[in-house]
Amino acid sequence: MKISFHINNQPQTITIEDQNTPLLWVVRDLLDLKGTKFGCGKAACGACTLHVEGQAVRSCSFPVHLVEGKKVTTIEGLGTPEDPHPVQQAWIEEIVPQCGYCQPGFMMATAALLEEIPNPTDDDIDNNIINVCRCATYYRMRKAIHRAASIKNDSTTNSVNS
Amino acid sequence: MSDEKRAKKKLSRRKFLVRGGLGTLGVLAVGTYLFRNPIRRSLADFANTVETPYLGDTKTPSIWFEVLNDNSVILYSPKVEMGQGTFTGLAQIAADELEIDIDQIKVVNSPSISGNMDDFGTGGSTSISSLWQPLRELAATTREMIKNEAAKKLGVEVATLSVANGIISSDGKTMSYAEVVDGVKEWKVPKTPALREIKSYKFVGKPIPRVDLKAKVFGEHIFGMDASMPDMLFGAVVRPSEIGAIFEDADIAEAEKMPGVIKVVKEKDFVGVVANSRMEAENAKHAIKTTWKTDKVWQTKDIEDMIKVGQGTPITIQKEGNAKSILEDDQDKITAEYHSPLGAHAQLEPNGAVAYVEEDKATVMISTQVVKITRDEIAKRIGVSKDKVNVIPTFLGGGFGRRLHTPNGIQAAVLSKAVGKPVKCFLDRKEEFQHDTFRPPTHHVLKAKLRENGMIEAIEHNVSSGDVAFGSPLLPGIAPALMGADLGAWRGGMINYSAIPNYRAVSWRVKLPFATSWWRSLGLLANTFAIESFMDELAEKAGKDPVQYRLDQIGDDERGFRLKEVIKAAAEKAGYKDKAENGRAMGFACSVDVNTPCAQVVEVSIENEKIKVHKVTCAMDPGLVVNPDQVRAQCEGAIIMGMSASMYERMYVEDGQLRPIIYGPYRMALMRHAPKEIDVVLLQNSETPGGVGEPPLGPIGAAVANAVYRLTGQRLRSMPLEAS
Repeated sequence: MKISFHINNQPQTITIEDQNTPLLWVVRDLLDLKGTKFGCGKAACGACTLHVEGQAVRSCSFPVHLVEGKKVTTIEGLGTPEDPHPVQQAWIEEIVPQCGYCQPGFMMATAALLEEIPNPTDDDIDNNIINVCRCATYYRMRKAIHRAASIKNDSTTNSVNS
Repeated sequence: MSDEKRAKKKLSRRKFLVRGGLGTLGVLAVGTYLFRNPIRRSLADFANTVETPYLGDTKTPSIWFEVLNDNSVILYSPKVEMGQGTFTGLAQIAADELEIDIDQIKVVNSPSISGNMDDFGTGGSTSISSLWQPLRELAATTREMIKNEAAKKLGVEVATLSVANGIISSDGKTMSYAEVVDGVKEWKVPKTPALREIKSYKFVGKPIPRVDLKAKVFGEHIFGMDASMPDMLFGAVVRPSEIGAIFEDADIAEAEKMPGVIKVVKEKDFVGVVANSRMEAENAKHAIKTTWKTDKVWQTKDIEDMIKVGQGTPITIQKEGNAKSILEDDQDKITAEYHSPLGAHAQLEPNGAVAYVEEDKATVMISTQVVKITRDEIAKRIGVSKDKVNVIPTFLGGGFGRRLHTPNGIQAAVLSKAVGKPVKCFLDRKEEFQHDTFRPPTHHVLKAKLRENGMIEAIEHNVSSGDVAFGSPLLPGIAPALMGADLGAWRGGMINYSAIPNYRAVSWRVKLPFATSWWRSLGLLANTFAIESFMDELAEKAGKDPVQYRLDQIGDDERGFRLKEVIKAAAEKAGYKDKAENGRAMGFACSVDVNTPCAQVVEVSIENEKIKVHKVTCAMDPGLVVNPDQVRAQCEGAIIMGMSASMYERMYVEDGQLRPIIYGPYRMALMRHAPKEIDVVLLQNSETPGGVGEPPLGPIGAAVANAVYRLTGQRLRSMPLEAS
């Protein structure tokens, strides 16, 4: 079957035999966007987190047919080195990643959180950022999430003022 | 003899292995003393204190460095990057001796075919410490080679040249490294030049941002899981769920007819499938009917019954004075027992590989900590000579010792050979949990006798553990016979309180029915948990402050001095108090690993009947610090990973299967468990860099248990630590 959607602001139509194929494998193997990671295949670790219509989704357990007509964003579409998303900027400033494998999932989860809660408290972070990082970079991630919120809020204020 | 020849001769004799190491153990041990305990003890002591050397090329600059047209330099690293920051540290070290800017150096993995491999692999907190000297010498030699050519091209004396940021200047004339190397067909390797003064370095010692930061923040495709080759197919291998299951046969008729299946591959020891897509391979795999042979249906209790001090063969790894006889005679001795559970690596990137086996050669892209062993194993299995197998290491989505065994590389290669195309093949998460090379469970018996003044007269640590180093391809097969005790299992199990007149440590080996092996810091976490919990128990019996009690019983040698300094630094920075206040209490513990002493103070409370760690203060002395930011990052990560292993994680065995098989049920530290405050103090009481990646994992379990005791009066002697 054919499935049409937007990925990182580009229209995309794919042809796929099994419409229940997890979105993760379509993104990684078919569209060659490998920033989104496979960790567990059971929505338990969050390494595969991306956005569907701005919502954080664990794509390893998300059938591809559900994105028909929707907007999908992956880490490749979140920001670029020239124009980083506030979350990526904060991640760089706090030097968060170690092995780095789980980090796109965390950054995508954080970006979605900041849309819902622009100034998350520590409790908000604890309750919403529930991905797994084996290098245990949580300490710097928490600092980076607070920093990302402040970068994002500053830029929003500036654009409102200007 | 010309100067050049003399230099070459000198070069060929230049070695960095003078400090010895594992490679020399066999030499030391062979002879009539083979099975005598004193020799084994000296071996154990040697293995406990010696710095692991670099076991790769140290004299061929051309396989280490490449100057590109844009005047940047590639460093081909024989050590892989698995999060520990090694690429960054190596870039700093090399840039300083090459006299280029940090932005001009790019560190990449060295493919096996280049010949730049380390026999030891990547692990043991050795990457920076073992390469500190050879890499500086290689970089300095490379710089001199370029300068010598520049002098020729510019028609000036070498002595007139100055260098900065990869630009050579003399008398108003300048030339970039790239311009110098352009067209040079043959290089002469001069004798190793004098190294620069450490204090003149621009990058060593500075908190340079990780060189892989952008790749990791913007989702570049750098991991083994991301690797691909043209016309690649997807493979899947059937793995048993039961412990000890041996492959017998497989009915592949149904799987062969599944959509997208190219071939079902039946080997003597496994069965796998190759298909057009990952899903098709996975679906077909589940259609294969495999028969396994198992001798026994294992349960957790079987494993617990095996891990007991007193069972098997004891090997004394440390002995001073007469601890054994003193403690045997003493009716009033203090004893305590401790346990640690079976633990999984649970690294996020599953193991796998992309392999392409052609007629007489093979290419394999893989996350591995042991490039050379991976290559040799694949070459042997597919019948291609080693030098025709190119293992291209990728960035690792976590290592932690999990990628010191890489049968997944063999399986991908076998599948590729069967279809003549590149095949990508990965374990799923259930397989990762059931086919891990686990951190073994341990049992510890501590005994001590105190003098009237409360000081320790005699102390003994007995540890029973599953294998760590034994059985690993990293160790020669003869090692168990030579060494008796598993140096991985007893790591951290020696008594560091050398002012005690009588002390002894004994290791009991247990071979479990599944693979146990290297897990970040090896036995350090469990052994330190036991010894340092016991030290707090003794301090209380003696009526002493636990920090002072430790300080008073450490010797005055260099090792003792450095340990005492970190103890004092941690206690002072944390404002350590030996009593609970406002519902919170502090706990202290310390350890020495790979010659790096580390002390930690944790502050805990009990919230909703659960232990909550609020703050950890960590003082560590890894010697010269190449990158203070990344050493801090290693401490922060190791502390939380150590909390995870000490407070939450536990694998168990149920009806023959290892469980859990997924994150969540395998409980791990998450964001909500991480301390809000981690304060790292770095001391540098050694002039060379020591190990960093594992030492800060040592004290955390004991420090938490000691804090909980102070708060609740409940002594937790089994990990995972749970307040009740």
